Amino acid sequence: MTRKVLAIASGGGHWVQLLRLRPAFDACDIAYVTVQPSYREQVEKGRFYTVTDATRWSRWDLFRMIFEITWIVLKERPDVVVSTGAASGVVALRVGKWLGAKTIWIDSIANVDEMSLSGKRVRGFADLWLSQWPEVASAEGCAYKGAVL
Amino acid sequence: MIFATVGSQMPFDRLMEALDKWAGKSTQSMPILAQTGATKFRPKNMRAVESLSPAEFRDAVQAATVIVAHAGMGSVLTALEFGKPLVVLPRLGSKQETRNDHQVATARWLATKPGIFVAMDDAELEGAINRARTQASQSDAISPFATPALIDALKTFIHI
Repeated sequence: MTRKVLAIASGGGHWVQLLRLRPAFDACDIAYVTVQPSYREQVEKGRFYTVTDATRWSRWDLFRMIFEITWIVLKERPDVVVSTGAASGVVALRVGKWLGAKTIWIDSIANVDEMSLSGKRVRGFADLWLSQWPEVASAEGCAYKGAVL
Repeated sequence: MIFATVGSQMPFDRLMEALDKWAGKSTQSMPILAQTGATKFRPKNMRAVESLSPAEFRDAVQAATVIVAHAGMGSVLTALEFGKPLVVLPRLGSKQETRNDHQVATARWLATKPGIFVAMDDAELEGAINRARTQASQSDAISPFATPALIDALKTFIHI
């Protein structure tokens, strides 16, 4: 059965790192979620959604983003939710897990010394919880399976 | 051409001002395109744009001989995918240029990679640019995809 995957990333490096993971989604029914409509041109196959670009400092934006992501996850009913961060990924993994999806978090390669705050947040509901640095993985108690670079 | 970028999230005036100052020197004649983010700073010696679409960004990277960027992974990975010599100045949390000092740690790691020239503060920027320019040819472009180990681990997990 074709796996349905929801791949979500915030802007900039989070999105660029998610794109580098595309071969992992080859045999899947894939939908992408991010924060910039112009990023659509970078994905040839798959459905594409944009949500409000919210960080932990913008309460109203966060509220809107939570609503938008919840709607998308309910609509898509993915088997797997995967994110390279940041806040949008936390929300999608949380909602996805409640709906029975398997969840994957890949912390940004930029977090060389310490896992991001978002990454720490998903400890309880990321089935595959990854840092891209072995030392960070040891310190945090998450797994290391390689890097985007 | 030099293409300079501060990324898509926040301005980074310290980098733009230092680069603009260097660009104004009479000994310097390379044209510079600077993606500045939403800022009131108007460079005198470089062409400036606030933001670029992914396609415009990739075109600018492709056309440039040297990239100058903050230590953001979007900028860095795109420059590496095109095999361009890359100059990096990390944002500082203490100057409210980003939320913490993770870019400083990123920059220290990037400094170990061939083809990347790190300036830990703006005084080092000129030296880093000169080293990048004397790099004879392009660096080897990296693959557009992650390491096979990570891809395989994800594929396995997705399909079990």
